[in-house]
Amino acid sequence: MLEIKNLEASINNKKILNGLNLIIKSGEVHAIMGPNGSGKSTLANVLSGKAGYEISGELNFQGESLKKLAVEERAQKGIFLAFQYPLEIPGVNTNIFLKTSLNSVLKAKGKKELDTLSFLKMVKEKSSELGIDEKILSRQLNVGFSGGEKKKNEILQMKVLDPILSILDETDSGLDIDALKIVAKGVNSSRSSKKSFLIITHYQRLLDYIKPDFVHVLSKGKIVKTGCGDLAEELEKTGYEKLN
Amino acid sequence: MEQKQLEKDQEYKYGFTTDIESIRAPKGLNEEVIKFISEIKKEPKWMLDWRLKAFNRLKNLKEPNWQKPKYPKINYQDLYYYSAPKSAQDKPKSLDEVDPKLLETYAKLGIPLQEQKKLSGIAVDAVFDSVSVATTFKEKLNEKGIIFCPISEAIQKHPDLIKKYLGSVIPITDHYFATLNSAVFTDGSFVYIPKNVRCPMELSTYFRINASETGQFERTLIIADEGSYVSYLEGCTAPMRDENQLHAANVELVALDNAEIKYSTVQNWYPGDKDGKGGIYNFVTKRGACRGKNSKISWTQVETGSAITWKYPSCILQGDNSVGEFYSIAITNNHQKADTGTKMIHIGKNTKSKIISKGISAGFADNTYRGLVDIGKNALNARNYTQCDSLLMGNKCGAHTIPYIKNKNYLSIVEHEATTSKINEEQLFYCNQRGLNQEEAISLIVNGFCKEVLQQLPMEFAVEAQKLVGISLEGSVG
Repeated sequence: MLEIKNLEASINNKKILNGLNLIIKSGEVHAIMGPNGSGKSTLANVLSGKAGYEISGELNFQGESLKKLAVEERAQKGIFLAFQYPLEIPGVNTNIFLKTSLNSVLKAKGKKELDTLSFLKMVKEKSSELGIDEKILSRQLNVGFSGGEKKKNEILQMKVLDPILSILDETDSGLDIDALKIVAKGVNSSRSSKKSFLIITHYQRLLDYIKPDFVHVLSKGKIVKTGCGDLAEELEKTGYEKLN
Repeated sequence: MEQKQLEKDQEYKYGFTTDIESIRAPKGLNEEVIKFISEIKKEPKWMLDWRLKAFNRLKNLKEPNWQKPKYPKINYQDLYYYSAPKSAQDKPKSLDEVDPKLLETYAKLGIPLQEQKKLSGIAVDAVFDSVSVATTFKEKLNEKGIIFCPISEAIQKHPDLIKKYLGSVIPITDHYFATLNSAVFTDGSFVYIPKNVRCPMELSTYFRINASETGQFERTLIIADEGSYVSYLEGCTAPMRDENQLHAANVELVALDNAEIKYSTVQNWYPGDKDGKGGIYNFVTKRGACRGKNSKISWTQVETGSAITWKYPSCILQGDNSVGEFYSIAITNNHQKADTGTKMIHIGKNTKSKIISKGISAGFADNTYRGLVDIGKNALNARNYTQCDSLLMGNKCGAHTIPYIKNKNYLSIVEHEATTSKINEEQLFYCNQRGLNQEEAISLIVNGFCKEVLQQLPMEFAVEAQKLVGISLEGSVG
């Protein structure tokens, strides 16, 4: 599904990703761990197409190069990024934002757009499924949300937009155990042979709830070690130091 | 070819003209032309005298020049001051008698009068060029004693009201453009709401410039008698023209004891092309007098069109406990310029005013909020709250906030808040990542920015205005 070959990325002439290789197949859950500054968030940004990076190497999604696609085109093709710091948009109702974005995605796929009633019904179902208080839907997008509410909102958006590849950028940071469980539920309930996940995290904690197929360690812009789920536990004990 | 046409259509959706023969006064500004207008309107002598008095006054006035947007000198002798669709001469009695071409134009503008009459509950006094063509719902309003008619008709049928109130808020001795309007105004709306009557529907009028080189001089007068309420909607679009066209309307509102007037505008005149060529000069004088105690006047405006917008819908708060409000969205793109705001003149005790202004600037545009809060020495316990927010897109546009505050007594409180922000790249990225393209994202963010003002608009207008906000900023980020 996703194929990254020898990916290099720099910003303001500073090289962040340095020959990164990664293959994610349909149905797989990959976790990327690594110390601060190793390039985890840059990888998420580059995959979603954020402007400002100089890029070389290959970046293929479902057999198509992503490099020339705009951010929204990648999103419409099914790439979703759960933000580490979700943005506040004052005056914009969360429901309306979600409906607008779902309909853009549906339209791009040539599918029928949802009317307000069926949208509200669907979003209500998804939020109760995840155990998210639907009151956040009638508030302004992320405005005045607690850290936990923002992250839960990201996961709800992921469920509603139903992407093929979901990238979670440190979604677990700063979450209490209940919120963490909601995030895990969001991922686990979506797992299928057609969907893949790339979970970027600092800690092994989230991986107690989401069992990854592979764990990669990112250091200085490239993957230095790959293993199964138990690699995360090992890292928790020994730290990243030894890997360098 | 088709593609090109399509692009043109998108550039200015309402850029079309209707091919109807016009009757015009000869070019130029002089007594003869004023007499011509007065005669064609079958006005009584006192009205002509009033116009001529204004014209004499005009000779001693100069155009103001303190505003930020400058414009090339206007040759007032080179303009037409009266033009009417020919078929309107026969005064149609019902819609069936109206020139089908006119109806077609309205349909293009999205004002299907026929349907509107049945469906929407809005009475439309449609001003096509300078003559009012059709007035709907008259019967229903008549039952309540409400008068809603072209001002030319009111001059003939309700001279007492006109004599008493016309020019009582904007006197003929006012500034240049207001006085010019007093001399040459062609038509507009007249509304009178009797005592203790709540107008059962939103009153609405659509203005449209059609004939080439014809300045539009609309005159509107709304009187809300004691204990009454009215909500009035005004919306404008104009066809594409290369010459700059002058629009100098006067709107006067009078609210007596315990009366309330809500006046909403969506202004979408032709803004000129991408390089700043053409476009309407929108130099409008709007003023309301809260003459009675506990009266209220609320202005809401969405200004997206015109090459230059220059207007300050104001409230004179004479009555004790009276309230004035001003909610404004001014969007300028490409080379558009806006210098707009309000004046709140506090005279009575316990008077309150609220100003919420949202200015959005993109391209090479320049957007100025200019406002005056003037609290007189007898306006004890007066209060004002002002909030001015500016949003910039790109780095070639400008936003300015110029608040004037005069407080002449120690018991009053004035608050002013102002913010200036740029559209945040991260916000755009976030929206894009959710599948919205750049324009959808901007429209969403800007609509959020303007929400407090959009909420003030009546439902029918709010939806249209939201779309307009998006359309006006198309192509502003590339």
